[in-house]
Amino acid sequence: MTRGSAGQKSLPGQAKGPLPGPTGVGTLGSDRDSRGCEMDDSALSLVLFSGTDDRLDAAAVLTAGAAALGRRVDILLQYWALDAFRSDRIAEPHGLSPEAGIAGAEAYERLGGQHWSDVLRQAKEVGEVGIHACSRSMEMFGLKVADLDPLVDDEHGIASFIMDASGPVTFI
Amino acid sequence: MTTVHIDRSIDARGTPCPGPLMSLIGAIRECEVGQVIEVISSDEGSKTDIPAWLEKAGHEIVEIVEEEAFARFIVRKAR
Repeated sequence: MTRGSAGQKSLPGQAKGPLPGPTGVGTLGSDRDSRGCEMDDSALSLVLFSGTDDRLDAAAVLTAGAAALGRRVDILLQYWALDAFRSDRIAEPHGLSPEAGIAGAEAYERLGGQHWSDVLRQAKEVGEVGIHACSRSMEMFGLKVADLDPLVDDEHGIASFIMDASGPVTFI
Repeated sequence: MTTVHIDRSIDARGTPCPGPLMSLIGAIRECEVGQVIEVISSDEGSKTDIPAWLEKAGHEIVEIVEEEAFARFIVRKAR
């Protein structure tokens, strides 16, 4: 597990180049790249608010699918989602959404599969995925990027995230 | 059933979406051009996801064999 561009900050409005991949070389805009797929111009921008495992799992699956098909994905972590990415807590259970109920929780357990953090790690391996910590939430929790799992690339203000987001922002 | 030589087989049965696809992508990256990979998946979503990704990524579906509770995706790395 390696940290990509930990600690780096993009300036608001700064043109976004390719994210550094495992090779350290971005590939956005290239034809079918070494990671396997032609890049798509339409990016996916997700804001994660909830820190429950089911919502984080849903976001991770969405991210992996988009990344696999060549879409760049940018994720902003706010509030309880950010809290779930603390390096000392990411592997712990984070509960489920209230609507899950007992039967839903049992169904979720039966589904099995990889932990959402591993799905995100795979997504970052196959595509262009940037995971950014919201600076407001970081301040609220008194966190530094070093306190977070290496999945998190950097810390962003909301303005730079919105300015960089192309198309609609999906809130989870 | 295909008689093509399979260089690598991945049994992803029991792994939910997008596990089988992600395993296939990992295998494609590791294999040589021309090698054949088999992915066995019980995830219904694989029946749409794997062909869609292969078309996008430019690899070849050799055969899809549907069994009672799973499907075998025979894939050739094309580039």
